[in-house]
Amino acid sequence: MDEVLIAIAVVLVAAAATAAVFHRDPLRQSMVLSLLGLFLALLYTFVQAPDVALSQLAVGSAVTPLMILLTVRKVKRGPRSGSEDR
Amino acid sequence: MSRPVRLWVFLVGAVLVAALYAWACFDLPSFGGDHHPYGDRAVRTALAQHTANAVSSVNFDQRAFDTLGEQTILFAAVLGTVVLLRQVRGERRTDPTPAPVADRVRWFGVLMLPVALVVGFYVVAHGPLSPGGGFQGGIVLATALHLLYIAADYRALERIRPVGLYEVGDAVGEAAYVVTGLAAVLAGSAFLANVVPHGTFNTLSSGGTVAVLNIAVGMEVACGIIVLLARFLDQAVEIEETAEETGAR
Amino acid sequence: MSVLPYLAAGWIFLIGVYGLVTSRNLIHAVGCLTVTQSSTYVLLVAIGYRRGGTAPVFSDLPPGARVVDPVVQALALTDIVVGATVTALLLALVVQLRKRHGTVDPDKLAELRG
Repeated sequence: MDEVLIAIAVVLVAAAATAAVFHRDPLRQSMVLSLLGLFLALLYTFVQAPDVALSQLAVGSAVTPLMILLTVRKVKRGPRSGSEDR
Repeated sequence: MSRPVRLWVFLVGAVLVAALYAWACFDLPSFGGDHHPYGDRAVRTALAQHTANAVSSVNFDQRAFDTLGEQTILFAAVLGTVVLLRQVRGERRTDPTPAPVADRVRWFGVLMLPVALVVGFYVVAHGPLSPGGGFQGGIVLATALHLLYIAADYRALERIRPVGLYEVGDAVGEAAYVVTGLAAVLAGSAFLANVVPHGTFNTLSSGGTVAVLNIAVGMEVACGIIVLLARFLDQAVEIEETAEETGAR
Repeated sequence: MSVLPYLAAGWIFLIGVYGLVTSRNLIHAVGCLTVTQSSTYVLLVAIGYRRGGTAPVFSDLPPGARVVDPVVQALALTDIVVGATVTALLLALVVQLRKRHGTVDPDKLAELRG
């Protein structure tokens, strides 16, 4: 039973990783990345690594996507476009 | 290198790596096997040092020096980001206009903020006993604070988040780790050796220096991530470039 | 089944590097780098797994219970957190590049230099 769950989680992680690479728009990619973080946390839980799962859950589904979103916003605003776009 | 050439170089390398890696996979100890020489020794040592969570024992006792290295990378990365994202000449700060927040979202944030903070402190404090520790709890604390940004607005977040103080906290966490290590040297042992009495197994004070180093790391991670997010928020929300007015600060 | 997690780690690594090589946007490239990083965690944690073992936390386990390998878990969990701050540093570099050169396309940046 454990092995089946692990196999499912591994496949989900591999699929999410592939999807994250092929989403070329950073905004969409950050959403897929947070999904990847979620699946990774699931995988770590199934292989009896709760410490790693906790770490992954906090970083992968919140901090990294948030920083990517903020960078996208900064880069989109651009240096010479003025302050019209909020 | 042009794009097609780059892709071809990658493909050749990738095929080679894939072949060698797949070959190596079949010679690795099989998945779920019983051969874990390091794991068995680490578990034995963790129990001898009265640390219930063997993972924390590895991090903050048996491989504490390695964690100092990791922590220093974290410190350097935060420092580098702060330098790169500072406000430079030709940029000005604008006051962001607060967007209207739905009442339900506001209440959700207000209710969750204390819960998330308590969970964060719990995860840090119980690192030596249960899954968790300074690294995980630090991040929970840092992200919890940003619920205020969702619930209220950027101004409210800035009021409870004097970035300078957290920068100091980041440095204090790093320093506390090194000082704990040096204390062991002064006590006549090796750097970062676990010389403190190990205490009763499975209590908050057990594990000797594990608990101290754990809290030092928690402090550094929490403060470091808060500073990082603050810099990114500053850049994304407040700082604007005024290319024409170069020199006007 | 016995090599599936290892092979998956290899796949995640290669697909992440492919993304890095073909990326036209540095923010996307940083995202691909985090994918590549996660492959090492999958490999480490998979190697530490022991069939029928539980998490190596002895607050409610008798000493001598069958547990998985704590060493690889310690390696993975610190690196996940440290990796996030390194990602932040890279994103800060991207913001700087955008300010200096007005683009985040690696090919256009290369043209600027040459």
